[in-house]
Amino acid sequence: MRKEDIYKNIKELLVPVGAIALGLLVGAIIILMIGGNPIEAYKALFIGAFGDKNKIANTLARSTPLIFSGLAVAFAFRCGLFNIGVEGQMFVGALAAAYVGANVTGLPKVIHLPLTVISAMLAGGLWAAVPGVLKAKRGVHEVINTIMMNFISYALIAFLVTDVLRAPGQTPRTVGILPSAQLARLSELVNWSNSRLNTGFLIGLAACAVIYYLLWKTTVGYEVRSVGLSPMAAEYGGINSNQKIILAMVISGALGGLAGAERILGFDRALILGFSPGFGFEGIAVALLGRNHPVGVLLGALLFGALSNGGAWMNFSTDVPVDLIVVLQAVIIFFVAADQIVRRLFPKKKKDWGVV
Amino acid sequence: MFKVSKKLALVLCLVLLSSIFLTACGGSKTEEPKVEEPAKVEEPAAKALQVGIVLSTGGKGDKSFNDAAIAGLEKAKKELGIEYKDIEPREMAQDEESLRFLAEQGMDLVIGVGFLMEEPLRNVALEFPNTKFAIIDAVVDEPNVASLVFKEHEGSFLAGSLAALMSESNTVGFVGGMKIPLIEKFQAGYEHGVEYINETEGKDVKVVSAYAGTTGAAFNDPATGKELTLSHISKGSDVIYHASGGTGQGVFEAASEKGKIAIGVDSNQNWMYPGTILASMLKRVDVAVFNTVKSVLDDNFAGGLSVFGVDNDGVGLTDLENVSDLEKSGVDNDQAKIDQMQELKNSIPAEVRTKLEDIKKKIISGEIVVREE
Repeated sequence: MRKEDIYKNIKELLVPVGAIALGLLVGAIIILMIGGNPIEAYKALFIGAFGDKNKIANTLARSTPLIFSGLAVAFAFRCGLFNIGVEGQMFVGALAAAYVGANVTGLPKVIHLPLTVISAMLAGGLWAAVPGVLKAKRGVHEVINTIMMNFISYALIAFLVTDVLRAPGQTPRTVGILPSAQLARLSELVNWSNSRLNTGFLIGLAACAVIYYLLWKTTVGYEVRSVGLSPMAAEYGGINSNQKIILAMVISGALGGLAGAERILGFDRALILGFSPGFGFEGIAVALLGRNHPVGVLLGALLFGALSNGGAWMNFSTDVPVDLIVVLQAVIIFFVAADQIVRRLFPKKKKDWGVV
Repeated sequence: MFKVSKKLALVLCLVLLSSIFLTACGGSKTEEPKVEEPAKVEEPAAKALQVGIVLSTGGKGDKSFNDAAIAGLEKAKKELGIEYKDIEPREMAQDEESLRFLAEQGMDLVIGVGFLMEEPLRNVALEFPNTKFAIIDAVVDEPNVASLVFKEHEGSFLAGSLAALMSESNTVGFVGGMKIPLIEKFQAGYEHGVEYINETEGKDVKVVSAYAGTTGAAFNDPATGKELTLSHISKGSDVIYHASGGTGQGVFEAASEKGKIAIGVDSNQNWMYPGTILASMLKRVDVAVFNTVKSVLDDNFAGGLSVFGVDNDGVGLTDLENVSDLEKSGVDNDQAKIDQMQELKNSIPAEVRTKLEDIKKKIISGEIVVREE
């Protein structure tokens, strides 16, 4: 890597790292204000997230859907699109995975599992294609449309899971995924673990690599990024902007569908209504924190997963309420979004201001 | 060269910031052992029973289900000298991890609150066969699990009878939270109670019912609760019973605005809207939790099913005659509000109270078998 590139990468890291430091600082003040001990709380948070092999596994498991949803948001953003609908795309992906994974019988695992995963990606991609087409052909703003599509998917999933696909019992859930479509859990592979971390995490890592390659090493990726920077200029340069917008939405939606597939096929092994605490929306925060770069998204997802799982331990071993985690996440995002605050605290030369 | 030092300064700034932060916290750490020492001396002498509880989403402060479970543990802490730890999972997916975590901590008893814990608790109970578990509102058929379930339909039968006896418009309402078999049990008992009064008293009371939704969110949706109640009232209901957790706030609000009567659920909710809530159908989660803790302490814990019904006061109505101490403390002993509650209770004729006592006896003796669906 050239010297300038290294500087550039450090600069990229500055805002997220500074924001996390400031976030923890503000969190510490809040803990002090409610009469807690910040160092004890943060120690508990760290132990809860990385204290032993199982805790690390659980943290990775909690991060996995965020890798997909973060990538989904980041990819769309690279094309200048703000995809708020990852949650909905994840739901329809989950629905497809739950249906194909439980109801298509008689297939060997090498066919059934990929088929199920691909159907989840297709469902998510098609769901996202609707706002994509509307944006490209009619100029309807994707923020509005993806939000609206979220509501439709909530209603759809609630209706189908409570009435049509429901398994017997109190909890509204579908019947279990067949073994031939399950992603292997860590607890099934090794003796020492009881974690529900599954091979979906590896798919997540692969997805990061694929998206990186796609965006920076292929023509399509170049075109997508060009449209993101300036659709008009891209058009002038011979790129079909509308086509790229639809493509970006479909890929983004497919990633959202993957997030659902991992939960359904690996973590829960059934579609349980309410399985997502808002992974799609957390993905927006993760993408923001990760500067819309696959590696950043991966790190952001790990941070959010660690905060979430460490929070449970912190809640148990100290008096600090678990809601502090939400405050921490919010403050970190606040400082990332208001990056000028961080940049002012760590000032640099005027001529760099244009570079983001 | 200048460029490099500038970058270096940035990094140094960061290091400085984090070191300030760390030293600031380090300062408080040195004081820590002094505070903890005396506490540690006491511990081996007491060796209290350790109870861990995983609450259902909604957590503490729901004035209903979770709070009742915590009340039971608080009572056990005071009277039996146990210690307890609670976890409020922020998301459903953490239920299993939270239960396992408590079991790993060597808790003597681990309690799961709510039917959603059924599968996670079964998994964890199988992993820790030497730890005792209890689950509320679901049945887990393992030797080390006590399943605490309630005959909500019996209590709701009493609520339905009371509503039918008090209704002047001959229409009463029901608002459910999430549409699941558990809540449909409340509705079935309530409707059966109304039918029973229609038969025995020659009345013709109708029941209108509605549910707030199909997900867990339906238990915490006061806005929808209010809308449903207003719609019930517009159809002529003058008594509305709810089984919807936090959604009930909206039910009470609507009833209070329109001057109608409501019946609360799970905990004693009568004080929340003085003069509106005639009674509450109690589901004594606190008693169930307390008894289970006591059984572990007395070394006669038994796995299996424990059913709480009208016969063992596991479910039932609040005092219909006098304002209780709990209701008084609920309104901070505000005399005006206590008077309002008393006035509402006075509106229940003595013969209604004797009829309800009668029904209660008939349920206990088995003369009335309340239907569950």
